[in-house]
Amino acid sequence: MLALQGAFHAHQRMLAELGCATSLIRQPADLSGIDALILPGGESTTMSRMLVVSELYEPIGELIRNGLPTFGTCAGAILMASKILDGRADQHGFGVLDLEVRRNGYGRQIASMECEITLAASAFGSPLEAELPGSSTGVGGSGAGEVSRHGAPFHAVFIRAPRFERVGPTVEILAEFEDFPVLVRSGAKMAASFHPELATDTRVHQLFLAMIAKN
Amino acid sequence: MTEIASSQQTRATVAVKRGLAEMLKGGVIMDVVDAEQAKIAEDAGACAVMALERVPSDIRRDGGVARMSDPEMIEGIQAAVTIPVMAKARIGHFAEAQILQSLEVDYIDESEVLTPADERHHIDKWAFEVPFVCGATNLGEALRRISEGACMIRSKGEAGTGNIVEAVRHLRSILGDIAKITQADSAELFEWAKQLQAPLGLVQEIHDTGELPVPMFCAGGIATPADASLVMQLGAQAVFVGSGIFKSENPSLMAKAVVEATTNFADPSVLVKVSRGLGKSMAGLEIAGLEQTFADRGW
Repeated sequence: MLALQGAFHAHQRMLAELGCATSLIRQPADLSGIDALILPGGESTTMSRMLVVSELYEPIGELIRNGLPTFGTCAGAILMASKILDGRADQHGFGVLDLEVRRNGYGRQIASMECEITLAASAFGSPLEAELPGSSTGVGGSGAGEVSRHGAPFHAVFIRAPRFERVGPTVEILAEFEDFPVLVRSGAKMAASFHPELATDTRVHQLFLAMIAKN
Repeated sequence: MTEIASSQQTRATVAVKRGLAEMLKGGVIMDVVDAEQAKIAEDAGACAVMALERVPSDIRRDGGVARMSDPEMIEGIQAAVTIPVMAKARIGHFAEAQILQSLEVDYIDESEVLTPADERHHIDKWAFEVPFVCGATNLGEALRRISEGACMIRSKGEAGTGNIVEAVRHLRSILGDIAKITQADSAELFEWAKQLQAPLGLVQEIHDTGELPVPMFCAGGIATPADASLVMQLGAQAVFVGSGIFKSENPSLMAKAVVEATTNFADPSVLVKVSRGLGKSMAGLEIAGLEQTFADRGW
């Protein structure tokens, strides 16, 4: 979990609920032995500067390019994108995901919102429940079958969100809202423009854990 | 409360308002008075800026009534940076808050640093779509502000003094009482609510969760990287720096150092590196010598 700034504790809390151990990364030495990486929400310009100052930019970029499963939410997604629109000229991203994002593409805080999105059935291509420890989806209730549970809408929170304006041909769209992708995946890399860590529904994090397991 | 729902999305919800405060955790919010300072703050890695007419130490020096900033100045800052822009309204001055909302600032600080407009009432913050941060000196004050709709609490400290002692007092008071409430039995919670003059429901929530229902940041008197580290180690989740940056000898260097110290607040090897050669910090003031204490404003 990159912990230079932002909502890393919310991710930690959710992964702890799913029985997954996490550690915080602030220095290059913290990178040893990690199986996967979360780039949390926060301010991408702050994180971008601190990545360089803390000498994390190069080693993390290399780890992701070498296949380390990585999940970026909001600012984290901006850090992963191949092209950043409306960013700062000196903003460093890893450029590891064929994705064009517009910073604050939905507007200022007053435009921040909650909405229901539908997760693509293809997201759950493998029998998710069997692979994961302590899975609770927070929706569906008792008696909901696996299929309907996966198909239930996901309540997504968008905060000064980036907009995914173009995705590359190899990038799979797992969810959309109002004609723009909001959750995408390519190989071991996943990015969300919303904040699944602020939800009570753990399905998106489960999806990432399944990607780690598959890796 | 003002939730704006359309068929597909809901805006201005508690989750969305508190959510932005979540995103600011671990960061530094810097007071700026013009676009140029805002750029310096953003360049240094500030996670947000607070637009105000004069930094608190100048308000303290010049006296007079301190008010909301000129909209033109706020717009200039909004145009200059990509990070969130906050602005201050006077305590109880809901008309100033309406103007700030209409400017689409990202957070409104109902602030004791400005001259209060109402000696009994704070703004009904539920009536706004833009979220509010409010100062507090103790847990009762924090919970009253949250019950009025504040989505982020900051210690008041004593702004414009460069003296951390008041912020430390406020943080310790708030966090100390939270720790005690967590240990209290259910019958004692009624007494706590009475003593704190705070809603019982919020006291019970603290008992169950062990934390404030909204993020808690520190403000008031932070002047060095070591100050930022101190308050983060005490339990603040992010810091506001007012006069401490732009009243120091080298604002850009100081701003960068405070950002690095806030991220690596528990790592002395980083703290010693960033504390070296910063030039003069702002000149500080003894609390006992103050003619006017801002922290007493708020009810």
